[in-house]
Amino acid sequence: MKMLIHRLATSKAHGEDSPYFAGWKAYEENPYHPLNNPSGVIQMGLAENQVSFDLLEEYLEKEQEQVFKCGSNFRETALFQDYHGLKDFKKALASFMGEIRGGRAKFDENRLVLTAGATAANELLTFILADPGDCLLVPTPYYPGFDRDLRWRTRVNIIPIHCDSSNDFQVTRKALEDAYKEAEKKRSKVKGVLLTNPSNPLGKVIPRKILEDILDFVTKKNMHLISDEIYSGSVFAPNEFVSVAEIIEENGYKNSERVHIVYSLSKDLGLPGFRVGAIYSYNPNVVITATRMSSFSLVSSQTQRMLASMLSNKEFTEKYIRTNRERLRKRHEKIVEGLKEAEIECLEGNAGLFVWMNLRPLLEERTREGELKIWETIVNEVKLNISPGSSCHCSEVGWFRVCFANMSEKTLEVALKRMKDFVEKKKNKKQQQQQQQLLGYYFG
Amino acid sequence: MLKSSIAGTGVMSRSFSPAAVSSRATSMYRSEHESTNHVGQSKCSDDPYDRATNPNGVIQLEIAENRLAMDLVKEWISDNVKASLIDSDISHLVPYHPIDGLLELKTALAAFMGQVMLESISLDPSQMIITAGATSAIETLSFCLADPGDAVLIPSPYYTGYDRNLKWRAGVEIIPVPCRSIDNFRLSISSLELAYNQAMKRGVKVRAIFLSNPSNPIGNLIDRVTLHELLDFVTEKNIHLVSDEVFAGSNHGTDEFVSIADVAHTEGFDKTRVHVIYGLSKVLALPGFRIGVICSFNEYVLATAKKYARFFSVSVPTQRLLVPMLSDVNFALKYIEIKKKRLRRMYELFVEGLEQFGINCFPSSAGYYCWVNMSNLMRSNSEKGELELWDKLLNISKINVTPGSECRCVEPGWFRICFTTITEDDIPVVMKRIKRITANNKD
Repeated sequence: MKMLIHRLATSKAHGEDSPYFAGWKAYEENPYHPLNNPSGVIQMGLAENQVSFDLLEEYLEKEQEQVFKCGSNFRETALFQDYHGLKDFKKALASFMGEIRGGRAKFDENRLVLTAGATAANELLTFILADPGDCLLVPTPYYPGFDRDLRWRTRVNIIPIHCDSSNDFQVTRKALEDAYKEAEKKRSKVKGVLLTNPSNPLGKVIPRKILEDILDFVTKKNMHLISDEIYSGSVFAPNEFVSVAEIIEENGYKNSERVHIVYSLSKDLGLPGFRVGAIYSYNPNVVITATRMSSFSLVSSQTQRMLASMLSNKEFTEKYIRTNRERLRKRHEKIVEGLKEAEIECLEGNAGLFVWMNLRPLLEERTREGELKIWETIVNEVKLNISPGSSCHCSEVGWFRVCFANMSEKTLEVALKRMKDFVEKKKNKKQQQQQQQLLGYYFG
Repeated sequence: MLKSSIAGTGVMSRSFSPAAVSSRATSMYRSEHESTNHVGQSKCSDDPYDRATNPNGVIQLEIAENRLAMDLVKEWISDNVKASLIDSDISHLVPYHPIDGLLELKTALAAFMGQVMLESISLDPSQMIITAGATSAIETLSFCLADPGDAVLIPSPYYTGYDRNLKWRAGVEIIPVPCRSIDNFRLSISSLELAYNQAMKRGVKVRAIFLSNPSNPIGNLIDRVTLHELLDFVTEKNIHLVSDEVFAGSNHGTDEFVSIADVAHTEGFDKTRVHVIYGLSKVLALPGFRIGVICSFNEYVLATAKKYARFFSVSVPTQRLLVPMLSDVNFALKYIEIKKKRLRRMYELFVEGLEQFGINCFPSSAGYYCWVNMSNLMRSNSEKGELELWDKLLNISKINVTPGSECRCVEPGWFRICFTTITEDDIPVVMKRIKRITANNKD
């Protein structure tokens, strides 16, 4: 006798058989440790920021009593479950978001809706903006988690906006139009475009001109724009990032009601365990609706209070933002140089916790199978968990996302050496094969 | 497209009509905006009662939170804060953790809830999913057990939040199964059977029964025999049973609280159709911390709920803060005992106070509220009459209570009035306020 269990319990629609998750498994079964397991798998598939941990540690230790005990506000804190969120915290968060953008955009805390992480924010926005069967257009390659977060429970579809290396994977007007037509063919109403800026997995910011083109497109088609800016604090050079918020402000908030920004402290502040995400919307109806619907994923009041004081501490935030940027930049430089030594190129990046690595020259065949084959070798033999472009829906084979901020510098050096050795070995093997072929030709 | 006149902030151009939100968002907005809960809450936050600084303010008697023993929790945190701090190893706090809750928290919660329920059941951490409050647990189970358009049976009157939690995003319909005062608001299996058959005739798939035990808003406990009959019913119909036991630990009378898990286990029922919800918002008065629990014996439900946990996972520092407190057996025993005493005292004072106006409370032995019959104060014996009375209570007596119609009660005149957010000294104030209406009524 079989009871109904929701279809997702047994379906594979969530794509959890994909390489993205298989690589994780390989890591979990044999994780690298410099002393205990130096030949284990190095995790380079997790976009986590650990480079500025010490700054957080320093702050949290100094403020322990106040921060964890909730101070004299225990009663208030314990009872506080207002989905409007703690005013002090939202104020501090809004100010922090402005700080990250170098003051080029100002954020109003009344437009913020708090959620337990950006995952919840993206799902919530999708519920609010789209009905089952509708779709969102998302540029490829994109974060594999979107397949779950935007589609699972919302029953909304994703139609890819195809991008490729011919123009550094930038979104073009043609690609937007093509995606829109694709949706029309599928009879799926397009409710919006969702961007990640800075991009995951590309590791670069979207240029201003492209953002303006996209804004223009969504306005003409009367749809929404969601800009997931969770990596906005991870841009190496502070003035290179243009947030959609800046463009909106410059235009006097014209057509802003269709624009929504997603933010989180998991990446920029390296606090994924705190589960702090936010929707920032210029649309008052979306703010009201999202606020009420956020009841299913509220942020702990204790955590809000803790972070309110941290993010209001200008001395801390200024130092953190500046130092974090610099360290990420250095780390990025290290991995790019290291890969260059292995004769591997990366897409020129300027943000994020990862690089977009080009292994096309190493593929035996330029097909998806070829990409997966080399990926399997890298995970199982070279023992590096990296993410193949196909799991990010990249239409061009041979690209891989490689994270660099979730490990120590020494571990990164080990990883780079392994890559170098791998490429060397492959090169030698190829040379040997070519020599043998040549010999065979002459003497065969 | 919704009216953009609501709460506008910033400059908005009207040159293009902005993209519309989804129809599900629109219908959620409309239903919420019209509820008495919304109106009452607004009045309370605009003019909140405070004995010292605002004695004429609106007294909030609508929130079922037990603040009577919060001092004990605060004291524990104060005394033990060094231990509850994460032994200065911040690296335990910040990275990603098991998305469905720390094992240490699950273990500590299992121990604590075991104490609350007098060891009558034993929760297994591997069958628990931590959620961001019970609200999230209810919604998650709705997603797991039903498809949009399916239905669940819920005995009414029921907790007003179920309408939101099941319908808004999971799209599950609620079929209320009315319970009546003539039956002491007890659930009858024949009513369930009737409701079930009617639904099936209409072509609606019933997937589960949801109920609260201890009951919200009535405050009664479901006895062992009825629990057994319920399990028989769901087994026969091959559907699920969700028991929302967030008010476990709120019993202040002599009746015994029996968990559905206890009956399912001891009487050999198939436990894979039974799912229980707990949380710390009620029992420990920590709604802000967002700790809810789904306990299920069904591996598919557990696996699905775990996958969904990314949408509602709980802050790690908060989890870590609670682990030592929940594991402290002495604290748990002391807290449970003192809380029960204080609860009983407030209940008795409140009931006594209302009796002087000839207002009867339904005899209950659990919960943080009284289920009160104020039908003799209504001008007409109808939902309209009840809402008029509610309005008078809010605007003349300036007390915010929950009208039975919000809870889908089919008999007009019943109200849920909470008594645990005020102190003993406030009770005479509340009674004086109620007199404003009873006095008027006599005239």
